[in-house]
Formats: sequence, C-alpha cells, structure tokens
Amino acid sequence: MSTEDTIKYQPAKADYEGKQEYNIIVYAENRIGLLNRIAIIFSKRKINIESLNTSPSEIEGIHRFNIVITESYEVVRKLARQIEKQVEVLKVYFNTADEIIWQELALYKVSTDEIAEKVTVERLLRQYGASAVVIRKDYTVFAVTGHREETDSLVKALEPYELIEFVRSARVAIIKDSASFHEKLKEFEAFEPGEELVENEFLDKGEKIFTM
Amino acid sequence: METAQDTIQTAEAKAETSTKTFKGTGSQALLNGLISEGVHTIFGYPGGAIMPIYDALYDYADKLTHILVRHEQGGIHAAQGFARTSGQVGVVFATSGPGATNLVTGLADAQIDSTPLVCITGQVFAHLLGTDAFQETDVINITTPVTKWNYQITDAKEIPEVLAKAFYIAKSGRPGPVLIDITKNAQLQLDEFPEYIKCNHIRSYRPKPKVRIEYVEQAAKLINEAKKPFVLFGQGVILGKAEAEFKTFIEKAGIPSAWTIMGEGAIPTTHPLNVGMLGMHGNYGPNVLTNECDVLIAIGMRFDDRVTGRLDKYAKQAKVIHLDIDPAEIDKNVKADVGVWGDCKETLPLLTNLVNESKHEDWLALFRDYNQQEIDQVITPELYPQGDEMTMGEVLRNINEICGGDAIIVTDVGQHQMVACRYAKFNNTRSNVTSGGLGTMGFGLPAAIGAKYGAPDKTVIAIIGDGGFQMTPQELGTIMQFGAEVKILILNNRFLGMVRQWQQLFHDKRYSFVNITSPDFVALAKAYYIEADKVDERANLRTALETMINHKGSYLLEVMVGRENNVFPMVPQGCSVSEIRLK
Repeated sequence: MSTEDTIKYQPAKADYEGKQEYNIIVYAENRIGLLNRIAIIFSKRKINIESLNTSPSEIEGIHRFNIVITESYEVVRKLARQIEKQVEVLKVYFNTADEIIWQELALYKVSTDEIAEKVTVERLLRQYGASAVVIRKDYTVFAVTGHREETDSLVKALEPYELIEFVRSARVAIIKDSASFHEKLKEFEAFEPGEELVENEFLDKGEKIFTM
Repeated sequence: METAQDTIQTAEAKAETSTKTFKGTGSQALLNGLISEGVHTIFGYPGGAIMPIYDALYDYADKLTHILVRHEQGGIHAAQGFARTSGQVGVVFATSGPGATNLVTGLADAQIDSTPLVCITGQVFAHLLGTDAFQETDVINITTPVTKWNYQITDAKEIPEVLAKAFYIAKSGRPGPVLIDITKNAQLQLDEFPEYIKCNHIRSYRPKPKVRIEYVEQAAKLINEAKKPFVLFGQGVILGKAEAEFKTFIEKAGIPSAWTIMGEGAIPTTHPLNVGMLGMHGNYGPNVLTNECDVLIAIGMRFDDRVTGRLDKYAKQAKVIHLDIDPAEIDKNVKADVGVWGDCKETLPLLTNLVNESKHEDWLALFRDYNQQEIDQVITPELYPQGDEMTMGEVLRNINEICGGDAIIVTDVGQHQMVACRYAKFNNTRSNVTSGGLGTMGFGLPAAIGAKYGAPDKTVIAIIGDGGFQMTPQELGTIMQFGAEVKILILNNRFLGMVRQWQQLFHDKRYSFVNITSPDFVALAKAYYIEADKVDERANLRTALETMINHKGSYLLEVMVGRENNVFPMVPQGCSVSEIRLK
C-alpha cells in the first residue's frame, strides 16, 4: 500500500464491505509456539500476512505483534476475536491506516566510493533524511524510517549508484486514539476483571435495536 | 540433560506424600497432580517415550484406573465419551510419534464440540528434539490448530504448574482439549516438587466476562415485545450446567425451543416447549418457523451451517439475541442484534427475572400444526413401517419403549445418527453423545466405552452404522478386557447410507463406492467373547432388543434395516431452512 492511500481518509464503517489495509496489534505472553498459533488463524482462512513484526513491549514478558493484512472489516473483526480467544493473548486491536501512526525502517548499503565521488548521492540522502549507520572504506550503510513509499523511492533513486544491499523491516505502529496498556494489564492481573476491560461492541448497537 | 543414571534412580524414587513438598520423578509429580485434580480414570496406550509415566503408574493402581485401549484414537474418543456423560475432564495418555498423531482426529472432534480433555503425550529426550529421533514428531505444532492450548515440558519443575493450568483451561470458559507434551528426561527427572495448587487465574485468559446487565435488559425488552419468539439451544446449556436455569427461563417466557444435536437432552424430549431438532435433518416446524419468528434467541449454540442452511436466507425477518460464553461466536455466522456475552448459568437467571410471563399459545400451535404434518408424512411411516423392511426409526422406537428415555445413547456418524437424534427419547441431560461438529465416523464405539465409565449406573447404547463400526472395531478388545458394559447396536443397511442418500438425491443415483460389505459382526463379537445376535425380521426385533438391554455385560446386536431408506425431512445443502423437504 502506498502513502497516497494512507493519506486519503477512509472511514472504517462497521458495514464497510470492501477490502482495505488493516493494522492488527496483539499483546501476548512471550511464549514458544504462540507465533504459530496466531499465524495459523490467518493461514486457515487463506489470508496472507503482508507484514509481521513481533518484539517485546514496554512491559516485561509481554510481546507486541504488529500484523498488516488487506481484508474487509467483517473478516478482520472475526480474525481479531479468534486471536484474542487464544489463551496467551491479552488483547487485540485492529485499525485502519488512518487511525494509526506507522513507520518502517529501511537499511541501504552503498559503495563508499560512489558517495564520495558523487555529490548527488549525498544530496539525495539528505533529502530523504537518511542517517549513516556504518561508514567503512568499502561501503556505507544508511538508515531511513518512513512509510513504504518513501523507503521505496529512495531505492529507486539509489539504483544508479550501486545499491549493494537493501532491507526493510516490518511495520511498527501506534494507535492514535489509545490509552495506556499498563492500566489494562492491571485489570488482567486482577482475579475479577472489571467492566472497563470489556470493549462494549455489542452494547454499541443499543440505539438501533428498538425499531420493531 | 538426563542420563541413564536417572533411569536407575527412578526405580528407587518413591512418592513421598509429605504435607507440603514431595521428592520424586516428574512422572510421579504428574500422577500426583492428576489425583489432586480428581482424576480416577485414564484412557491410554503406552510406548517408548511415555514409559517413565507408565512405570510410575504401576504404583498408583489403587488410585488411578487405566483403560488400555486398542488404538490412541479409541483412547481419545473414549475420553470424550467420559467427559460428555460425566461433566469432568477426560484424560488420555499416548506416546510420542504415531501415538500422538493418532490423537489428532479426537482432538479436532473435541475442539469443535467443546469437550474438556487433558491429553498427555510422551516425547523424545529434550536433547534429541529436532534430530528426527525415533518416534519423534512435532506434536505441539501438529496439534496447535486442534487444541485450546498446548505446551511442551522439558523440565520436570514445570509439571505441576502446567498440569494445573491445563485442567483450568480445559474445563473453564468454553471447554476444549488441551495437550501437554512431556519429554522423557522430564518424566525421569528427580526433583523436589511443591504442593500441588489448582489454577484459577491466568492473566491472559478470561474464561468468562463479568455480565453486563445492559445486554440482558436489551434482550429482555426484545423478548417482551415479541409475538413469535423462538429459542434455539445448543450444548452451551449443558456445558454451563444451566439446564435448570434454561428450563425456568423458557417456562416463564413460554417460548418454543428447538435444539441442535449437541444440545439435545438439556430439557426432556417430552417437555411441552421442546419443539424438536434444528437443521438439515431436523424437524419440520423448527426449520420452517425459523424464517417466521420475530425474535430468535440463540443460547449456547454457534449457528453451524448444518443448522442454518443458506445463511443469507436465514431468519432475516427476526431480531437475533445470541447468548454465548465465547465472544468469537457472537456475530460470527449470524449477526446478533443483541449479543449477551457471558456464562448462561449467570445470564439466564438475569434474563428470567426481566421477562414477562407469557404463553404464546397461537405461536406454539403453529409448531404443533407443522409437527402433525411431519408425523403424518414422515414420522409414522418411519416408526411404524408397513413394508417388510425394518427401518432405523422403528428400532429407536423400540429402544424408547424399553428404556423409557433413561438410557445414554452414543451414536456414530451418518444416517443412523440423524435417526437416533431425531427419534431417541431423553429424560436426562448428558445422555446424548455424538460427534456433532466434526462428524467423525468411528467415534461411536470408543466413545460409548468412555460414556459408560463416565456414567456407570446408566444403560449405555452405542448405535452405529455398518460403515462407522468398521472404522474402530478394534475397541471391542477394550470392551472384552475391561468388561465395559456397552450395548452395541449396529444398524446395517449394507451401504454408507448418508453418502448414498446424497448420491441418490443430488448425484443422479450414481452410487460411487458406497456399497460396503461387512464381516459377520456376530462372529466378530464372539471372537472377542462378547455376546451377540443378529435380527433380520421384525418379528424378532423387540425380543432381541430386550435381550440386549437386559443382558448383564456387553452385547452386540446387528439389525438389518432397509437398504435404501432415506432420512427425511431434509434441508438440501445450499437451501434455506424454509425449503425443507419432507420427501
């Protein structure tokens, strides 16, 4: 998905039938085999995971998964419930691109000679906000963080100048409208979860029901 | 890493039953844990990688009964039968490799039918993991999609805590199968174990939510405004042990109630508000009137496609209330207008308080009208056939007359299963044991063995087709050895009947590989020292059934039924429930 799509605002209506990009965030216990347990929820339904990042969260022992897929609201909602149902999953959030801030990290390895010789390369790198991670006699590694389109276009721009190697990370994302997960965790650790823990998606329908 | 040294030490290690801690092997810790969880019966099969556990079991014969099955699949189906009739967690032992892979069908069956199981599999030594060692399989990854939870133990220290978690997860919330894979070194490992503490909380796992009264209020409002409310109930009522709460609810609100085959028996067959079976081979009225009710109240059921038929023509006119403990089921197949997420043991009494007393006489009369049509066109010819050929239905009618609805009926999968579910009379809950979601042929015989251990005072009748019986006949050996008093009733139509019925109706009668021959079942049973008889004419049926049921001990009766009888009514696949056919 390009940055352009991200910028276009697409409200995630509950009855939205078409597919769009969704960002799924999963908080889970750090346990062997859980990645597989989550991954098969997608593969069982023949859904391709476009990007998957898993790393320790701010809370010790709890990992945060960031999964990107393109599907309809209905499918994503059901997937999220199936994931949350897993014993070692604490919480699942899913959001459309406009509801999150996201970044990917890209590394570019280029010949040091090329940069030293060609002023344009240096200008190019500055233009993309790249920072040098390693500078050696033979090669230099630059890092850029940004959206897919930004990291992609630098690849294109560097192609004439001997781009030796390129790699891009999975996406990491932060939900614009989110509360502290620490608070939620306290609830989880309590024996009797309070009402706040329950996101009341069923209750939201209240208004619409009594039209018999 | 464990060495042979430990193996030698095992023999010396005796379970010390000190008050707080005990010294012993991982295997002993496991068995002590099982006893602490109230386990008394285990279904299993030994093998190389689980030998230390079996070695320890040798000393626990006074506390733990081990039923040696003839195949691990039989073991897990037996544990399922046990869990279904007893309401307790079924326990299975199997060895690594083929032992563990043979559990997969049963795990899938238990997963889809929410049956609480704890399966213990042996695994090769931890240092051999990933080396393609003898009888090594990646059991955890193979079983991940078909277990509620699974875990591999490589260090005995983990055994008590993991076992406690396993039992808690298996039986709480929406129950399901759990598998623990224990490497041989952990089974042998000598250690000091703390006192066994049962688990009652896992921070990442919420078996049931705190019930929000707002949902219940919304549901009650809909029910109170309804003119034609209709209740669909499933196994959730039984799993939640909420049969009494359920009965009180429907009686106060006066709502006709129909069941999924997994929910059958939650209220007695003869209850005036019990209007029958849902789904593909369910009753006429419940299917047709699903598309005429104004409020549909689904309780502990999951709108399986065999229940709903064509989904876009299913109950579109109705407001849907869905009570379920599993939030992933609400809105999964049928959109709920009100989702009441919670344990029905808690939500039903709240709902009962808020609903008005009502009768809905005219609405109930509609169900009776449809029922009369079904009786005339389908039920009477099936239960009281005029032709020479015996029908499955008349066999069931005779069983009802002999047992009066108090027997436990275990079925396999196919035509006989649908006939049994349709016509068997049940007075009590936990009396119908069948493979619902997975439709596992071969389930019946082993499940009946477990069902008997789960309800030793009940008459257990396993109704099985000639096809399904030939999938797991080896369990006759288990019946022989342990004397499980199972009444085996083979309804033999010399066809794989359900597939044949579909081929007749939807594939131009092209009977492709459904013509199945059978061995001499009577001789087969007798080879296992099980009393047996065969009936091929109606005149002998009643006496033969009475002989079977009154016989002390296990018994096999083969009844030859009509070859090409079909099960009706039927909602053809892809059709709406209102398009149900009576013939």
